[in-house]
Amino acid sequence: MAVAAEPIVVPKPHDTTAARILRMVLKAPVNLLLLAIGCLWLVPTIGLFITSILPASALASKGWWQVFSHPSMATWSNYNALFHNSGLITALKTTAYIAVGNTLLVVLLGAMAGYAFAWLDFPGRDWLFIGVIGLLVVPLQMALIPMFRLYDTLHLFDTWEGIALFHTAFGLPFAIFLLRNFFVGLPRDIMESARIDGASEIRIFIKLILPLGLPAIASLSIFQFLWTWNDLLVALTFGQNTTPITVWIAGQLREFGTSIDIIAPASFISLVIPLCVFLAFQRYFVQGLLAGSVK
Amino acid sequence: MSQGITAEPPVLAAPPPGSEPGRLGQYLTGAIFLAPALLLLAVWMAYPVVYTIIRSFYGPQGFLGHWVGISNYKSLFTTSTLTTAIKNNAIWVAVVPAFVTAVGLVFAVLTERIRWAVAFKTAVFLPMAISAFATGVTWRIMYQQDPGQGAINALGKSISGVFHPAGVLSTAVPSTPGLVPAGKGIVLKTPLHPDGVALLGLTGIPPTDVPSSAKQAVTPPPQPDEIVGTVWRDFKPGGGKPGLVEQGELGIPGVSVVLKENGRTVQTTKSGEDGSFAFTGVKAGSYTAGVGAATFAKPFGGYSWLGPSLITPSLLIAYIWIWAGFAMVVIAAGLSAMPRDVLEAARTDGASEWQTFRRVTVPLLMPVLSVVFVTMIINVLKVFDIVYALAPESTQQNANVIALAMYYTAFQGGGNFGVGSAIAVFLFILVIPVLALNIRRFKREA
Repeated sequence: MAVAAEPIVVPKPHDTTAARILRMVLKAPVNLLLLAIGCLWLVPTIGLFITSILPASALASKGWWQVFSHPSMATWSNYNALFHNSGLITALKTTAYIAVGNTLLVVLLGAMAGYAFAWLDFPGRDWLFIGVIGLLVVPLQMALIPMFRLYDTLHLFDTWEGIALFHTAFGLPFAIFLLRNFFVGLPRDIMESARIDGASEIRIFIKLILPLGLPAIASLSIFQFLWTWNDLLVALTFGQNTTPITVWIAGQLREFGTSIDIIAPASFISLVIPLCVFLAFQRYFVQGLLAGSVK
Repeated sequence: MSQGITAEPPVLAAPPPGSEPGRLGQYLTGAIFLAPALLLLAVWMAYPVVYTIIRSFYGPQGFLGHWVGISNYKSLFTTSTLTTAIKNNAIWVAVVPAFVTAVGLVFAVLTERIRWAVAFKTAVFLPMAISAFATGVTWRIMYQQDPGQGAINALGKSISGVFHPAGVLSTAVPSTPGLVPAGKGIVLKTPLHPDGVALLGLTGIPPTDVPSSAKQAVTPPPQPDEIVGTVWRDFKPGGGKPGLVEQGELGIPGVSVVLKENGRTVQTTKSGEDGSFAFTGVKAGSYTAGVGAATFAKPFGGYSWLGPSLITPSLLIAYIWIWAGFAMVVIAAGLSAMPRDVLEAARTDGASEWQTFRRVTVPLLMPVLSVVFVTMIINVLKVFDIVYALAPESTQQNANVIALAMYYTAFQGGGNFGVGSAIAVFLFILVIPVLALNIRRFKREA
């Protein structure tokens, strides 16, 4: 690079209609390819939904796509039956308790610890934090057997609290990691001046840190909510009668062929709520994902 | 993350003033803020890790049971269900991370060229929000073996229909003992001569299989130097007389009829709407006539995607369907953070799209690609839900993976906490390199 005195001006292509059409034609293959892939990606979910609105008699002999030629097959009766199914209603409630309880707990405890790691000074802080990072990758299989035994003693077996607490513990390393890294980036002066003004740490935490950390907290909440809502293994191990919806459907799954008119709509109900949460807060979800992986 | 070119001294946090009166108070506040989280981590993670490691050297039952040394670990590599699980998991590790990263990269690069990238990304990313369990149910519906019910086999059927069209009659059988099977077709036992008539009666044809153009069957009159005949559905309500063309019995159009001399095919033709056919210019001699194999070709019956041999590939496809969106989004973020001027420079220097991609984009994206790759390795090592939900009980053993084997060994009637712990520790050891990587990265950043 020698003397670059004058900025090089790249002439903008003249945007005539012809040029625009030419561009569209050139881009047509990519557009068509991606359109096909996008549709392909949606097919299984659409298939599940259509299956869920077909009566068992139709499903015994027909494929779900035949609804397009026989629209009269479709019926809401599967859903009607499910909403009167007390097992499913209980399972949905349990799922909500676990997911919401867990999310609140992870956010609160994670934010407190994240704040301590970011802005409080105490001996061994960095070593403790390294320990927390170490726990990030511990597979939850490592805790299934010991906690299975301990839950008996603690009377947590087969309770939603037990399942939620298990998720909380395993969600905390990521929560602390994410929030600590976010809090560290907050401007120091605000905290300092609040301290000089005599605000207590708890006041700083509630009035300053939590509001300022909202973007990261939102990402974390959505992550935790989806993760817990969608869990199968933990609930399968620690629940027996108190089970979330995934385990409830798994119980029906043994007779896949015969109870597809229960399984399909129940599965669709189970994914509608995370799907809405995801669509509504997609941005935060992606941010959390990036913070978790690219960092 | 960035490696500085100039060696700067590490920035040290300002040392806290030693005699500050509030210092002890700060320690206390720190302890209060940390205590709840640390309590949970200690009880639910630290204690279990220690316990499970110790437990893995003890027998199946009890709080500890009796000491068995490393025999639990030995059984990891000697019990057939566990070796299957390890083998399958190795396939997962070999296939999924590479595939997901590649697919994500291609999608991320392509979406940069379209205006509706957000819609595309949402569609591909959607499966990430759905539980792996619901995905399992979804794909079970897709994978049904009957092409009439499973969408993938239905697609396979329409593709195979182009190359190996199903016969007009896949279920038909001869109506009289005079017709005998030959190869995959059937032939008339009695030899024919020019001006002969071949009556090829078939039954076992469901009404829905009779082509809609079919008309009342007729017996064509004999012709000199010709062998004529008819193929018809030798059945009418009430039964009718086998071997006779009667009123109310339909001819079967489109059937391929063959004329053979000494077992060699000399002529082929197709039956008309009334089932009649004619071989013309037949020289004197002895012939046999029959219906060709193509007529009876069975339609595509569908692959057994959930059967023992295809179950793991089926699972991999469904899993890639879930995670491609993750890879795409992370890589797309990396792409948008890439210095545009480098790309511009490459293009200005005359590099083709492919060269720019291969020589500039991919190397610059390497850190992001490796993050996706490593994340996928961890995910795949711990895979559980989708196998549990998608593989039917009959083939779950064939689809076994480490996490599933651990669950069935320790719980669900397995009840062997010793081997179960050993499997968990084995899984833990497999992810430790990643743990080391994480800690190193943090130390570099701090």
